[in-house]
Amino acid sequence: MKGDALESIRSDLKAQFPTVNFDYTKQNGADIVHIPKEYVVLVLKHLKHSGKFDFLMSVAGADYPERAKRFDVVYELFSTRTSERLRVKTQVAENEEVPTVIHLWRGADWLERETWDMYGIKFAGHPNLRRFLVHHQFKGFPLRKDYPADQQQHCTESLPVHFDVDPTYVQPADKDLVPLNIGPSHPATHGTLRVMVQLDGERVHRATVEMGYLHRCFEKMAETHPYNQVIPYTDRLNYCSAPMNNVGYCKAVEKLLGVEVPPKAQAIRVVLCELSRIIDHLVCIGANAVDLGALTGFFHLFTYREKVYSLFEQLCGARLTVSLTRVGGMASNPPDDWYKNVMQFVKEMRVGVDELDMLLTENKIWIQRTRDVGKISGQEAIEWGYTGPCLRAAGIGLDLRKSSPYYMYNQLDFDVPVGTTGDVYDRYLVRVAEMRESLKIIEQVCKNIPEGDFTIRDRNIVLPDKKEVYGNIEGLMNHFMLVIKGLRPPVGEIYDSTEAANGELGFYLVSDNSARPYRLKARAPCFSIYQSFSHQITGGLLADVISILGSMNVIAGELER
Amino acid sequence: MAEALRQVDRELVENTRTFAFTTKLEKIVAWGRKNSLWPLPYGTACCGIEMMSVMGPRYDLARFGAEVVRFSPRQADMMIVAGTITEKMAPVILRIYQQMLEPKYVISMGACASSGGFYRAYHVLQGVDKVVPVDVYVPGCPPTPEAVLDGVMRLQRMIEDGSPRPWKESWEPGVYR
Repeated sequence: MKGDALESIRSDLKAQFPTVNFDYTKQNGADIVHIPKEYVVLVLKHLKHSGKFDFLMSVAGADYPERAKRFDVVYELFSTRTSERLRVKTQVAENEEVPTVIHLWRGADWLERETWDMYGIKFAGHPNLRRFLVHHQFKGFPLRKDYPADQQQHCTESLPVHFDVDPTYVQPADKDLVPLNIGPSHPATHGTLRVMVQLDGERVHRATVEMGYLHRCFEKMAETHPYNQVIPYTDRLNYCSAPMNNVGYCKAVEKLLGVEVPPKAQAIRVVLCELSRIIDHLVCIGANAVDLGALTGFFHLFTYREKVYSLFEQLCGARLTVSLTRVGGMASNPPDDWYKNVMQFVKEMRVGVDELDMLLTENKIWIQRTRDVGKISGQEAIEWGYTGPCLRAAGIGLDLRKSSPYYMYNQLDFDVPVGTTGDVYDRYLVRVAEMRESLKIIEQVCKNIPEGDFTIRDRNIVLPDKKEVYGNIEGLMNHFMLVIKGLRPPVGEIYDSTEAANGELGFYLVSDNSARPYRLKARAPCFSIYQSFSHQITGGLLADVISILGSMNVIAGELER
Repeated sequence: MAEALRQVDRELVENTRTFAFTTKLEKIVAWGRKNSLWPLPYGTACCGIEMMSVMGPRYDLARFGAEVVRFSPRQADMMIVAGTITEKMAPVILRIYQQMLEPKYVISMGACASSGGFYRAYHVLQGVDKVVPVDVYVPGCPPTPEAVLDGVMRLQRMIEDGSPRPWKESWEPGVYR
């Protein structure tokens, strides 16, 4: 079936562009088209408008300094209709430009801007190629291979209130506009977001967000650490639901290695993911409500978060940043009574969700602050690159657990809740319903945990048990070799994604058969969602800014990586 | 007459002992300060989530007199730096610190705030003490809430004893250390 997909794309593009020969390859189950950079807009436009691939998932750069054209620009396309994927790659030299695709997908804006910021790849026609994730005094392009990972550059001042360049914008002459700076140290911006607005009375006339206050160089760190040592860094992407990032990353590496984790490890991962989804939604809803003045819910919901922390603590001793998985499976077996405790939590959490429901769903103030605020249509949401609860609230029932199921999700009975208007209230409702579904999943899985091992036992991937290491020479040798040589996936690349609490969490991973990832790009769900923020708040009331921001569940660690 | 007056005086002193005691002014001020720290939660990342736990129902920082969380630096006297501080954030945190009124204290929560943690990276400040003077470092990634409570208690003891703070006295704004 998949092979046919690439064939049909080939014949389609051949018919469309008869004079050029594109290069078609298939790698690790993914279809890849290599095109010259002059054809980027034409090909992507055709793929989008012919209805094949309507979703731009990510734009990634990659640096190969020894090549004549040193950079790769990698477009990851997705079809919301068939869930098929296509990778379009093009090569550029250091002083060449790639045409921008902003006019095809509005969501391409930040994706390209980030690529410029990290690699210095120019996108011709992009109006805002200014510093994005690194500060404005930064010199050089940090993700290039020749930039040392630990070379810091100090920042001595913050930029004053400023706005994105918009060629279509005309300053109205008759209005008295007031500039207002919100953040980065503001209770409602959760520490690291900065929003700059121009106010016309109570209404937002123009808005821009500034990024980079929590850019922690995840991708560069991944390139300088062995595969298993990257796992703790992934914890700190979306730190509200750390295990989901572990699972997403390990799943990508495992797929590149061509191994599948045993059923038991899959089951544990599913339980962890769903527990994380619940606590992530708890923080999101709780924080959203706090920002609108409802403190009780937040404190009350934290009781349940603490319960999940205790479950994590039983597994590994850590509460928040757990690093529970390893490439190849889990780190260890859960203690005997763990599943029982999880079931107990499910019972308590059912009551918790009902309480939350009673507290907010029919709360007049909550409804007035959230209903019809931040509305977005499904089509628009796709243009921006929404995934996860925010997309489903807009009426598009896309969930990777259903549309391209991984692990044991296709054997489980659960529903995908969908909203209608995409407003803040719908996002809240979707999240509450998802928590109930997650509880259902956890219960089903915990009732029949498969027998067997918690990890694969490939001696080139997983360290042997300590008993083996100290007990026999072969175990000792395997341990030594794996530590010294490292885990080395074959040369190749992969894009793999999971349904995280915020939406599609994808990892684009390139291996050069060394012990460290050659390139690891994380496709963070809230990055694409948040880039529509300034657009969503424009024209609305200032008070709605806070309401919308909370509903997007922007986690800075994941946003800026 | 004089004897009667002395009698009244003695009674007054005796009576006073039932509802008052004497101490030094700085002692009583320190006692008040240590038990009414108003935190400014400078939560930027993962530690910020764990700080919520510290404030939350199970650990409850309110038991130590520090529950009045203020986001305005003018109203706070204990800044808890919870999370990674990037190079870009450095001028912001310096400004926030300067806006706080004396006496002011800084707790650096977690590995990132204390030293940059495992982010030896191009955009991460290698410890918030490069720009503001830190009184208590709490290790951990993130520290457990118990560790943070211990940090707060340690700060309380420092305030109570009036410990010297040379790192603060020698601090100059805008100078990297």
